[in-house]
Amino acid sequence: MGPGRDHISLADIGQALRQIRSACCRIQRPIRIMEVCGTHTVAIYRHGIRQMLPKEVQLISGPGCPVCVTEDAYIDLALELASKTDVLIATYGDMVRVPGRGGSLERCQPAGKVQVVLSADDVLALARSNPDRIVVFLAVGFETTAPATAVILQEAIESDIQNLCILCGHKLVVPAMKALIDGRNTLIDGFLCPGHVSVIIGSNAFRQIVDVYQRPCVVAGFEPLQIMAGLAEICTMLAEGRAGLGSVYRAAVTPDGNIHAQQLMARYLQVVPARWRGLGLIPQSGLAIRAEFGRFDAVQRFGLAWPDHRESPGCRCGEVLSGLIWPDQCPLFGDPCTPQSPIGPCMVSSEGSCAALYKYGRHVR
Amino acid sequence: MCLAIPARIISLEGDRAVVDALGNRWRARTTLLPDAKVGDIVLVHAGFAICEVDPQEAAQTWELFGRMFQSEPATGDLGHQG
Repeated sequence: MGPGRDHISLADIGQALRQIRSACCRIQRPIRIMEVCGTHTVAIYRHGIRQMLPKEVQLISGPGCPVCVTEDAYIDLALELASKTDVLIATYGDMVRVPGRGGSLERCQPAGKVQVVLSADDVLALARSNPDRIVVFLAVGFETTAPATAVILQEAIESDIQNLCILCGHKLVVPAMKALIDGRNTLIDGFLCPGHVSVIIGSNAFRQIVDVYQRPCVVAGFEPLQIMAGLAEICTMLAEGRAGLGSVYRAAVTPDGNIHAQQLMARYLQVVPARWRGLGLIPQSGLAIRAEFGRFDAVQRFGLAWPDHRESPGCRCGEVLSGLIWPDQCPLFGDPCTPQSPIGPCMVSSEGSCAALYKYGRHVR
Repeated sequence: MCLAIPARIISLEGDRAVVDALGNRWRARTTLLPDAKVGDIVLVHAGFAICEVDPQEAAQTWELFGRMFQSEPATGDLGHQG
């Protein structure tokens, strides 16, 4: 299927609002919609979408920021790896500021020990240009970044790059959505589904949330009109008492997604249980390097053991990620936890719920 | 981390492309899009093209980015860093 237009014009924003208001009148109770993508969280704040909506519509930021959902044990392991003399850590930018047991990668490592990369492709270049060091790539993120990790593995195997390994912390979006509903501690009426994760996994991946859990799921892009149209579609489904699967991002998202990327992921990575900050251990929710490529797995290569599970004392990022509390209900929010000196990961990442609320103002929640 | 930028493929050698958006050019891989060709407009995420996009859709996004970066100080989080 070729890309198509979504036909959302400026006039449609009024239409979307009318649709949402009409749904609110019919439903007569608060409507709680969770976005499970940090990029949506930021776009919602940036474009003032909450201020446009009727007060009955509550937007909850879910576990959609990859840095935020990464457990402390992963950071501790990254710090342990970084302390080894011959190791060079390669990581996406936000990870360097997340505090672990002994500080953050940024604070406790000398210059030149941690290299921020813009693309997984840069990791291969780093390995080639540092033959005397072992480059360890901190592979985090959802299905949008995981295919790139598979490409690195493929290339490292084919080109026999031996000084490269991966600390694999990739996570899968749909199992976390299921876990949130299963946990019954969050009243979620519907999901605004992530646009670019869906480019890879396809909109049909949310079918089980719709069919089994009876929650409307609508895939949306990141422009304000797409987000409004997505929310309107969810509200309309709720008013009609049905759970449906929708997409207002057909220009990029197909029902089946990027099959080639899915095949690459499946060849090099396997689905495993994974621990999420705040959500705990969720079955089939993470990706690990397949056993046959274990020599590229940093944990195996260095004979490490996963540290015990722990969370920073006082930090309530876990409850924020599950939609149980608003960020400013955490006693650390704003003082002492700020984007300049974050205590929890939700304040570290620009896409974290706490950082977004801090930046764009508490009055808009 | 999941922001992606529509960009046009300017040159392509194997799966290594140079892409352009609003005059900004950078390197991207087309490994995940084996059928990509020069002139295609693709969504680029963390240095990888992840899907093809409609030119009209891309133009809308570019216009929005143009406006956003005029009204907000650049923070460098254009998104292709992941």
